[in-house]
Order: sequence, then structure tokens, then C-alpha cells
Amino acid sequence: MLDRGAGFTAVPPVGTRSRTEKEDATMPANIAVPSIVEMRGITISFPGVLALDNVDFSLRPGEVHSLMGENGAGKSTLIKALTGVYAIDSGSIEVAGKNQTFHSTADAQAAGISTVYQEINLCTNLSVGENVMLGHEPHRRRHIDWKATHREAAKHLEGLGLSIDTRSMLARHSIAIQQLVAISRAMVLDAKVLILDEPTSSLDRGEVDQLFTVIRDLRDKGVAIFFVSHFLDQVYEISDRITVLRNGQLVGCFQANELPREELVTKMIGHELDDLAAISATAERDVDRTGDPVIKATGVGKRGVLEPADLDVFNGEVVGIAGLLGSGRTELVRLLYGADRADSGHIEVGGEPARMTSPRHAIDHRIAFSSENRREEGIVSDLTVAENIVLGIQARRGLRRIRSAEQDAVIAEYIEALDVRPADPTMVAGNLSGGNQQKVLLARWLATAPELMILDEPTRGIDVGTKAEIQRKVAELSEKGLSVVFISSELEEVLRLAQRVVVMRDRKQIGELNSRQVTLSGLIDFIANEGNGSAA
Amino acid sequence: MRRIMKHRLFWPLVALIVLIVINTIARPQFAKVTIQDGRLYGNLINILRNSAPLMLVSLGMTVVIATRGIDLSVGAIMAVSGAVALTIIDRSTDPNSLGTVLTALVVAILVSLVLGVWNGFLVSVLGIQPIIATLVLMLAGRGVALLITGGFITTVNSTPFEFVASGYILMLPFAFFISVAAITALGLVERRTALGVLTEAVGINPEASRLAGVRSRIIIWSAYAASGVLSGVAGIIYASNIRAADANAAGQFIELYAILAVVLGGTSLMGGKFSIAGTVVGVFIIQTLNSTILFLGVPSARSPVFFAFVVVIVVMIQSPQLHRFAGNLIRQVRSRGATDSTGDVEVPS
Repeated sequence: MLDRGAGFTAVPPVGTRSRTEKEDATMPANIAVPSIVEMRGITISFPGVLALDNVDFSLRPGEVHSLMGENGAGKSTLIKALTGVYAIDSGSIEVAGKNQTFHSTADAQAAGISTVYQEINLCTNLSVGENVMLGHEPHRRRHIDWKATHREAAKHLEGLGLSIDTRSMLARHSIAIQQLVAISRAMVLDAKVLILDEPTSSLDRGEVDQLFTVIRDLRDKGVAIFFVSHFLDQVYEISDRITVLRNGQLVGCFQANELPREELVTKMIGHELDDLAAISATAERDVDRTGDPVIKATGVGKRGVLEPADLDVFNGEVVGIAGLLGSGRTELVRLLYGADRADSGHIEVGGEPARMTSPRHAIDHRIAFSSENRREEGIVSDLTVAENIVLGIQARRGLRRIRSAEQDAVIAEYIEALDVRPADPTMVAGNLSGGNQQKVLLARWLATAPELMILDEPTRGIDVGTKAEIQRKVAELSEKGLSVVFISSELEEVLRLAQRVVVMRDRKQIGELNSRQVTLSGLIDFIANEGNGSAA
Repeated sequence: MRRIMKHRLFWPLVALIVLIVINTIARPQFAKVTIQDGRLYGNLINILRNSAPLMLVSLGMTVVIATRGIDLSVGAIMAVSGAVALTIIDRSTDPNSLGTVLTALVVAILVSLVLGVWNGFLVSVLGIQPIIATLVLMLAGRGVALLITGGFITTVNSTPFEFVASGYILMLPFAFFISVAAITALGLVERRTALGVLTEAVGINPEASRLAGVRSRIIIWSAYAASGVLSGVAGIIYASNIRAADANAAGQFIELYAILAVVLGGTSLMGGKFSIAGTVVGVFIIQTLNSTILFLGVPSARSPVFFAFVVVIVVMIQSPQLHRFAGNLIRQVRSRGATDSTGDVEVPS
């Protein structure tokens, strides 16, 4: 086939590219080992986004290779390219020296590539043994030999140091055990390459140790491990090599022991850090807190969801809410907005008591809320960009249709102000990229001229460029007097934008920090240790 | 041409035209329209007249389906409405007075509205699944109708009442004008106000709409209320046509035909985007098909099978998968022709 990949086939798999050569010099043990996976020049584009741009990635038998990058850097796209979920636009994938085109995960599995996902993709309603052996059960006289099946499953599990009753239901076991079951299933499939996508995100420390023992054991047996995690400590603990992606592009591939952490973080975040330095002036800005706050919540809580919390936001102020996923940050703002009903506390808007039992009450008080769940709770996917933008004002006005001249003006104004791409109001909103959908949602709310805007994870899963744009917009609007509650898992972002940061943990408010007086590590420490004097 | 083919009414219209053409070829007098006593007669006119009940029910069903719902009780509401109207006329001292008939019609429509509001209450306030909520009335409604008529088939002789189904205005059947009025009214309400787009938003993503401040409860509620009223009018037309209130036969299976009409018109059962014009075409397809069965003299034992067979074909004509498959097939045949003509020889690289 004469394609763009042809140029690469002249290049021997290992050792000729200068970068790789340099690394191999420091790691003589691996020179003799040819890669089992060679991905070259992988390019994948989605409508409006270049998800991967000419990315190379290799995996050798007997190594743990970590893939690092911020949200939206292209990590999961690369995994999906390797496992046959996405078709690649250009580039080549070579597995064990053979050029491969995978059309499905089954293809990839047949070639020895197995994946263990964060959300376990096993049948929780079947027994452990059935899960391990599914589709590979030993047969006797055309029937499944269940005794032999469980015997073999037990053997595979013991290989990973796991002795559990193979006849017990999978659902009864912890996520950690389920993950190990998934790994032994991969071993049954005779995997040469094991992809672990955020395997540790729901494990405690002991379970992580158990998993890592298994991973090391498999590595020593010659399995190539492709590891993805956002926990830096764990990445350094387990990895031999680290590949960094940023914005869909390859930053580089490095030996883990030669890459200092600060350098890794800089490579992940890249020059964008400098761009965003200008925004951070927002956090330094002085806010006039003398008048009535735009919103003042006292003891707002809901049993089983959130312990009573306080929050006040002044005119033109950005208040960040920091905390891990499930810490109660989303729950708090949903109560403020009336998306859920609080069963304690009271809310004042501009000094007046306000009832917030439905989103409409909040909207009447000029409060806007953009959910973290863009697809399910934000965008109305089958409607056009224009209809999505005017939905907010239209809902306020009831059934009286907004004159089309007025509509067009509003739509054009916000498409331009927020740089929605493509700038086509008749496009179906569901076809936009995540970043542009977020912009459409911002446009919907800005068009209603709110006084307080609650943004829950407005930059999640968005490419770095758009992320910076959205942050810049928030900074700009707050300077003009809009009050903002800003939630993000990326603490840098929160510190950059917010003048004050409310910290949540375990569905409880644990404190409030002045972002001028706290560093990133101080904030992380505070979240982890409930601010036992260790915050800056 | 390509743009026309992409239009969502293209395939439904093709199906309708094909049906009429086939009928006309089979028996040329099918499309013939004659004038007698200043009235138009013919099969096409009959289709316009006879489609009125299904048209009204289907219009209501379209809006309900757009909200992600379904209304199974439309047939039962027809029965109740007919029973109410005929009982009032039957018990009155002067069945032939216009006043009596108007009172009967207004009361029947109000009762239908109440039934629609009941459905809407179950769905939008109590949050019961639409299929279950309307099933209640579907099963109970005919019982209510039987109670109203005292278990009999009430018959009346009332000239003004008969006019609803059999009367003529401007050479055309009065029932057809009821259809036109309903289509126009619904079109104006949905598209000239924001109700249409808000209904679609609620149907596509109820939670996002709620958070955006859309009053989804009242929108869903009003859809069922509209469906109730339209079914009530349909019930009156039906009763007027047979001059009787037949609680068991009125609107039997009409909910299924209405759903079929909505789907043939290109509105998805998943809710969201809806097309009133599409439903109108869908109703005409079904009504034409019914006439075809009568007109071609398909034996009544075989007519359900014949009906189903044609519906399957019509649905297949509209299937995007089939279009793609056909497109690929045509392309393959063409490209094979092309390679053959150039006599391409493969050179191993």
C-alpha cells in the first residue's frame, strides 16, 4: 500500500531515531529487546479537533511504560487507537514486527493486547471463575467442564498471588480484587501487552501495593505494561519509561529515573503556564467586600449529601471550590442553584432572603449554573447551536418567541465573543467538540445577563488552548463585575482565577483560604490534611 | 436534487405518491373526482374526509411523543367523548336544535380535556412512566364510556350533529376543515410561539432543559392536555359518522395507527425533534392504504396482513441504513464497471 506510512517502513524499529538512541545508551539491558508495539506517526482527528498529531509510541516486553499528559492531551485517544476502538487517520501500528490494522478491541485482543479499564468491564453478576475463563472454558463432551474451568481460573489467580473462591460472585469483591480478576482474564487471553488505564484511582494504598506487586511480577515475566495514571508518585514508583503528550502532540519519551518531577510537570503543562500567568492577576485583584454579598449561604446542607456549609460571594469576586471528586463541591453548588433541594440552612441574594427550591428560582435571582456534566445536563444535543444559546433567555420569557432579529443578534454576538468554532449557528450542537459545547453553554448563560455564574468543571476534557480561553473569559467577566463560583479538579486553575478558595472534603466544608496566601502544594496539603497548620 | 432528497419529508411523500400512483394504475377511476350537487366526490375526497379522526389523534400524539412520552388512551378518550356528546343529545328534548348539539360538543371536549389533564398529571407531576400512566385510562376509559351510555349503543337522529362528519362546506367535507383547522392551530401554537422548540428541548434532554430554566412540567402537561382535546374532537367526528356512541368500537386500535403515522412522518419515538407536516403525510399514507384495501377488494381476512406488508415496505423505503446500503451497492457496481473498462492489472509493489 502506498500511503504516508511508507516512509517509515524503511526505518528499522528500534535505535535509529536520535531520541531513542540516547536513551538506549543508558539502558543497555533493553537494547537487545525489540519493541513489541511500535506506533509511528499516529494521527487522529475528530470534527474540529486534532486529537493526536503525528505521535510515536513504543512498548518493549518487560517494561512499564507510563503515558502522561493533562486532561485532553490525547492519552485515552492513543489507547483507543492501539486497542482498535478508533481508526487511525495516518501512521502505522506494528505489533510483534507485523503491521496491524485493528477494527475492534477483539482484533487487538487476538494480537495479544488486553486492556484493564478504570471501570471494570467484567460481568459482575457472574462468578470470579466464569469471568476469568469467559469464552475459554475447557470443554468435555461438548459441554463446559465447570470443575476444570474453576480449577484453571484458580491457577491463573494464584499466579497473581490471589487466592479467592472462584465460585463467588464477582460483585461481592472489592474494586481492587475485580481489577486483579480482570488482569488474570487478560493472562488467560495470553496478553503480551497489558494496558492499565487509571487502575489505581479507586484503590487504597494497600491495594495499590498489591496491584504493583502483580504488575512487577508480570513485567519480569516479559509482559509489556502500558500504564496510565494521574498520580505522579505512583508513576515514578512503577515506571521504566515515561512518554509525555500535550495537546495531542508528542513532547517526548524519557527514562523515568532521568526525568525530575518538576520537569515532567513543566512538560505536561508546557508553555501554556506562561500564557496563563497573565490570568493569575485575577487572583491578586482586590475585591470590595463591604456591601451585601451577591449570594450568602448559611448552613446550607442536605442529609446524606452535604453537611451544612457556608458560602458568600461578593460582586466581581471569583470564589473557587477545591476538593476531590465526591468531596461535596458539586453537591454544594447544586443546592445553591436549587437543582437539588436543601433541607437545612438559608440563602440570601443581595441581602434579601431567597427561596431556592428549583432552578427557576435561581434564574429569577440572576444566578446561572453550568453543570460538570456537559452532555447530560448542559447541551441539548439535537438542537442547533443557535437554539441552544437562546434556550436560557427563551425559558425566562416563557412562550413568547423572541423576535428573530433579536435572536440573531444575540447568537452572533456570543458566537463571536466566545469564539465558538465552527461559527455556524445552524450546526447541531451535539456535533461540536467538548470545548465548543462548553462555550455554547457559557453563551447561553451570559445571554441571560446573570449576576452570579456557577461553573462546575467548565474546563474538563477540553484541549489546553480552549481551556486557557475559557479561563481568560472568566477573568475578564469577573473584572467587569460578574461574580463567579469556580469549581475545578485542576487546582492550578482554581488558584489562578479565584481570590478565595473554599475547600471541601468528604462532603464537608473544611476551610477557606485566601489564594494570595497559599501555594499549590499548600492547597493540596490542606485538602489532604484538613489544614492542620500545614497550609501556607 | 440532493437537497430535496435530504429533506425529511422526501421519503414519506414518495411513499404516499407511490401508493396513489399504484392505485390509479390498478384502477384509473381511483384518482377521479366528480361534482354532484355542488359537492366533490371521489376516493381522494373520501380520504380527506375519513382521515379526520386519525389526523386529530395523530397530531396530539406527535406532541406527546416529542416530549419523550406516549399516549395510549386516545382511543378510550374518543369513546368517552362520543358517549358524552350522544348522551346529552339523546336526553335533550330537541336533538335537532343547534344549541343542544353545541352544548353537547363543548361538554364532550371539556371532558376530554379533563382526561388529558389527568394523563398529564400522572406523567409530569407524579412522574409515572407515560406508557403506564396512559394505560390506566386506556383500560378504564371504555368502562367509563359504557357507564355513561348505560351499557347500550346510544343512537341519535340529529341533523346538526350529523353535519360534523357528513356535512359539506365549499364543495369539501366539513370533517376535512376540522383537520385543517387543527393542523393550522397546532402549527401556529408550536412554531409561532416558543412552545415547539421548548417541547423539543424537553424531549431531547429533560435534565438539561430543567437546569436551563425551562418549565418542563407545564410543557409536558400541556402536551397530554392537547392530545386529550384532539382525541375528544376525533371521538365526536367518529360518533357523528355512525350516528351512535359505540363505547367498544370507537377509536379501537387508533393509538397504534396514530403512533404509526407519527413515525412514518419522521418523528422519532425517542422524543425531541418533531414534524407536524410529517405526521400529516403519515396519516394520509395510512388512510390511502386503508382505501386501497377497500378499493382493490382485498378480502377482509387478508387485509391486516396486506396492511402490515405495505407498512413494512414504506418503513424500509425510509430506512437510512437501507439508503446507505443501496448507495454502497450502486457505487460498487459502478466502480467495478470502471475497473473492468480500464483493464487494470495489479502490480505487486
